[in-house]
Amino acid sequence: MRYGMAIDTAKCVGCGDCVVACQTENNVPNGYCRDWVVENVNGSYPNVEIELRSERCNHCENSPCVRCCPTGASHIVKGGIIMVTHNECIGCGACIESCPYDARYSHPEGYVDKCTFCQHRLEKGQNTACVEVCPTTCLHFGDLEDPYSDVSLALKNRTWKVLAPEAGTKPQLFFLT
Amino acid sequence: MKEELFVSGRNIPNIDPFLNIWHWEIPVYLYLGGISAGIMFFAGLFTVLGKEKEMPTTVKWSTFLVPVALVLGLFALFLDLKHQLFFWRLYTTIRIESPMSWGAWTLMFITPLSMVWAASYIKELIPGWKWKLGILDTIEDLVIKTRKPLAWAMMALAIVLGVYTGILLSAFNARPLWNTSILGPLFLVSGLSTGLAAIIWMSKSHFERTVLTKIDIVLIGVELFLIIHLFMGFLAGSAVKIEAAELFLGGEFTTAFWGFVVILGLIIPVILEILELIGFKIPIWIPSILVLIGGLIFRFIMVEAGQITRFLY
Ligand code: SF4
Ligand code: SF4
Repeated sequence: MRYGMAIDTAKCVGCGDCVVACQTENNVPNGYCRDWVVENVNGSYPNVEIELRSERCNHCENSPCVRCCPTGASHIVKGGIIMVTHNECIGCGACIESCPYDARYSHPEGYVDKCTFCQHRLEKGQNTACVEVCPTTCLHFGDLEDPYSDVSLALKNRTWKVLAPEAGTKPQLFFLT
Repeated sequence: MKEELFVSGRNIPNIDPFLNIWHWEIPVYLYLGGISAGIMFFAGLFTVLGKEKEMPTTVKWSTFLVPVALVLGLFALFLDLKHQLFFWRLYTTIRIESPMSWGAWTLMFITPLSMVWAASYIKELIPGWKWKLGILDTIEDLVIKTRKPLAWAMMALAIVLGVYTGILLSAFNARPLWNTSILGPLFLVSGLSTGLAAIIWMSKSHFERTVLTKIDIVLIGVELFLIIHLFMGFLAGSAVKIEAAELFLGGEFTTAFWGFVVILGLIIPVILEILELIGFKIPIWIPSILVLIGGLIFRFIMVEAGQITRFLY
């Protein structure tokens, strides 16, 4: 099993519902977030191109954050999800430095926090909070190894890219272009 | 034409300004670790060579600095942690892949070793010194009897510690300025050189200073060579590496790096040291203090600048 997410940059309207849903679901402290929306505007008038991307931890297959963690607080669980055990984390910041996507942040309580692919919801057979609320259904989540999962179907007939593949971390977020 | 009109990018007020998570604590920690590695390496080396009589400062007196520096360094590391109550978690696992982990473990071994090493010379430093506890006398005897093997262990651990101070940074591929294997040897050589500077400053014997100064000249030469290599590697690298190098070649760290680290911290002291060897009268503390300050600024700049460099997408 290998969880991944496909994000349709052509459909996203940048409403930020995924961000709010995550903050609510995961009790993210005020002013922090585990996912965010980036708006890139390229080109010059009249050929302007906007790309909206809902980003979060890429749950990298070759995850530098897990490798550099001195305590084992950052670890990989079933489906390739990268988790942080809060009361094992010493807050050394090594994983924050190691992430090319700046997906981690220092929680006001001291430990490091980030997206969990809503692992607590997956266990109950539910989908992630961000996917559930997206009004344009531009987020697709599921098992990449299952050819009929939502994410595999979304990737099937579209072109996609991953962010900063040159960082070598094998990210598992796919941006449909 | 591809012109970037406006990139809102990411702007999370409570996260983005704090992604540069490492402040003064880490460079200070790396600096004290480097000096300690330098002093311990040369104390071990001249013990193995059987030069305790000729090089008393190197083998004996300077080693009193090491436990102090290491404990202060560990304290700086502790201050850097954001979840300090869980500090002990560092010592419940060994994670080979994590430089932070094996650095913490190296310090766990090297700090007590440096303490017993210095303590075994305390009777020579303070005549009439008496240990209050009998067990300490036993330990002292043991250290004195096993001095040579301990010296070897100290040299090995000192090299691990010195290289570690560079690898702690170079292991991060997300920070292109750090992500170069030259950083390990560069920090090791710089650490050895700052350690030597401290010993030379303390030493009262002309013979000892001359020997150490000669070694220091070679080390500074190697350091300059590695710095040139570092930039050659960056400039021949990918876009993010070139961008990293440009911070030092016209960017915001240019003056600080070339002025304070390379010229004041390496080139001027090496010239002064050579002049001194030729026979000019140079106050001994000038090159030493320049090397020591240069080494500290070097670590501050590397930690600071590295956190600015990142992958762009
Ligand atoms: S995106 Fe960052 S935090 Fe997430 S797995 Fe990759 S390196 Fe780790
Ligand atoms: S901050 Fe926590 S999770 Fe991150 S590397 Fe340090 S101990 Fe591990």
